[in-house]
Amino acid sequence: MSLTISDLCIARGGVAVLEGLSFSLEPGQALILRGPNGIGKTTLLRTIAGLQPPVSGVVEGGDETIAYAGHSDGIKPTLTVAENLTFWAKVFGAEGIDAAIAAFDLEILRDRPAGELSAGQKRRLGLSRMLVTGRPIWVLDEPTVSLDVKSVAMFADAVRAHLGQGGSALIATHIDLGLDSEVLEVGPYKAKLPAIDDFDGGFL
Amino acid sequence: MIALLMRDLRLAMRAGGGFGLGLAFFLIVTVMVPLSVGPQAALLGSIAPGVLWLGALLACLLSLDRLLALDWEDGSLDLLATAPLPLEATVSIKALAHWITTGLPLVLAAPVLGVLLNLPVPGFKWVLVSLLLGTPALSVIGTFGAALTVGLKRGGLLMSLLVMPLYMPTLIFGAEVARRGAISMEVQTPLLMLAGISAASIALLPFASAAVLRINLR
Amino acid sequence: MSIWEYANPKKFITTTERVIPALWVASAICIVVGLIWGFFFTGDEVRQGATVKIIYLHVPSAMLAINIWVMMLATSLVWLIRRHHVSALAARAAAPVGMVMTLIALVTGAIWGQPTWGTWWVWDPRLTSFLILFLFYLGYMALWEAIEDADTAADLTSFLCLVGSVFALLSRYAVNFWNQGLHQGASIMRTAAVTGTDTEEKVNNIYFYPLMLCIVGFVLLFLALLFYRTGTEIRSRRIKALLARERVMA
Repeated sequence: MSLTISDLCIARGGVAVLEGLSFSLEPGQALILRGPNGIGKTTLLRTIAGLQPPVSGVVEGGDETIAYAGHSDGIKPTLTVAENLTFWAKVFGAEGIDAAIAAFDLEILRDRPAGELSAGQKRRLGLSRMLVTGRPIWVLDEPTVSLDVKSVAMFADAVRAHLGQGGSALIATHIDLGLDSEVLEVGPYKAKLPAIDDFDGGFL
Repeated sequence: MIALLMRDLRLAMRAGGGFGLGLAFFLIVTVMVPLSVGPQAALLGSIAPGVLWLGALLACLLSLDRLLALDWEDGSLDLLATAPLPLEATVSIKALAHWITTGLPLVLAAPVLGVLLNLPVPGFKWVLVSLLLGTPALSVIGTFGAALTVGLKRGGLLMSLLVMPLYMPTLIFGAEVARRGAISMEVQTPLLMLAGISAASIALLPFASAAVLRINLR
Repeated sequence: MSIWEYANPKKFITTTERVIPALWVASAICIVVGLIWGFFFTGDEVRQGATVKIIYLHVPSAMLAINIWVMMLATSLVWLIRRHHVSALAARAAAPVGMVMTLIALVTGAIWGQPTWGTWWVWDPRLTSFLILFLFYLGYMALWEAIEDADTAADLTSFLCLVGSVFALLSRYAVNFWNQGLHQGASIMRTAAVTGTDTEEKVNNIYFYPLMLCIVGFVLLFLALLFYRTGTEIRSRRIKALLARERVMA
């Protein structure tokens, strides 16, 4: 299942931020997105995940194949860790949460309400959700925020295992995950501002 | 879909879920009415159907701001939008969960509160029937309002302003059924209209709610 | 030459700027002549006396109140289907005008109702549905104000307008059913006289021609206000776009 991005232009708040982006992601491949804050990495990932439409360009192969994890984990504080995870497993039609629990070392937290977890533990729970989606393409936005060194290694292992099974991953992160991956620097794709002429359709 | 329904119901039951708040609000409003208009049995009996309907409507309205806002804040909506479930189904299930946790208890409580308001005997049946038919429409219309205002920080007041005009036809026909029923008049026409509004809302509004939600998620 | 050319903000502004002064003048002439003719050169009505003359304000504003909403529905649909910004901004620009028209219709109706029916307000279906329409305008405008991102606001208000129209229509039938309306007879006669569906009535009615003039004047006034306000909205969008551009450059 490969993901192909061609000549993509994306906008945030009505202003184009990145343009002319083209790349493809093959099974077994991981791609790391880098770029300064505010360049539009989150917007790019949300566009690829189908949460917002691109200004122009095409995202191919992203339909029903992408598991997306953004800044918030969608965790319900009053449900236990297992209940949270079981819910997402059922939504994605997967069975069993044991593998995900084991991969992120959540066994001892299993029956604790998620509201009692620390930020890092919550993040681990959020990331373990990727494993129960059963989807081949992971799209992750700053997945390592609030994770300690050990948890980052745990996460890297999970990504490696996923790639080994023919999956792929698109990750926006600033730290080195130790993955055998390509890096895409999005800075050069910063959108050039349109010249100010007298009122075009976009009011510039 | 069942998983989402079960999760929403479970969340409502757990601490801080707000289950029963609507019911308590309904009770308080109903108790306040005799205190404000006076205890005359005849007067209370004649306004009881309308008061019960208005109280149920307001209780429904007040619980709407949690309907989507909580899932919006913790990012669940983003994740649900990328899940295999179509967003139309998601909002329908959310409306159903809202009806089960808010609408249905209101329907069941209405006859009991009718006693407090001296509701005439034939009215009990029709209050029950009209609320049973009308509250699903209130939940579905409310979901549309909640979807419109989900991205706003203090959207509660605005949502009331948007949702209440949309509630008017349902209120008019629903309360009319209850009022006519209470004085043993023929109820068929408003009953059919009420059922029609509910059926059409349930069938069509989820599409509008999902479209609006998609716009808000961008 | 297609009508969609005017969907370009620049084309819209340059074209409307040329016609706006003419619209102001024409509407002023129509309204002033219509009102003077109506107030001073038509006789009193047999039953209602001079109070009937408030018709010259009441009927045009009431007609506009409804038709402006219909126009907003049309422009909202154009925005949703064709994504022309001008269309969405026209709907936004029209809403306050429509709300004021609804308010004028309600207030003049109350002033007319007092001597005629002996009360400022009755829960007549016509009055009630105008009150509901007023609430719809209020909600629509409040939603526009509440949302920061302009395109999101345009999308959401368009959907509200769409869904709201259906429910407004339902409300209209609901209130008709809810209270059959003691004063419906008079309303029908009035509408027939206004729209000229009843030719006999039209020819015999001395109030018809000045009323027609007032209606034309109000419509022209609305067009002038609409073009003027849409131009303002377009310019304010441009300022927003320029500011956003500056933020990105910084």
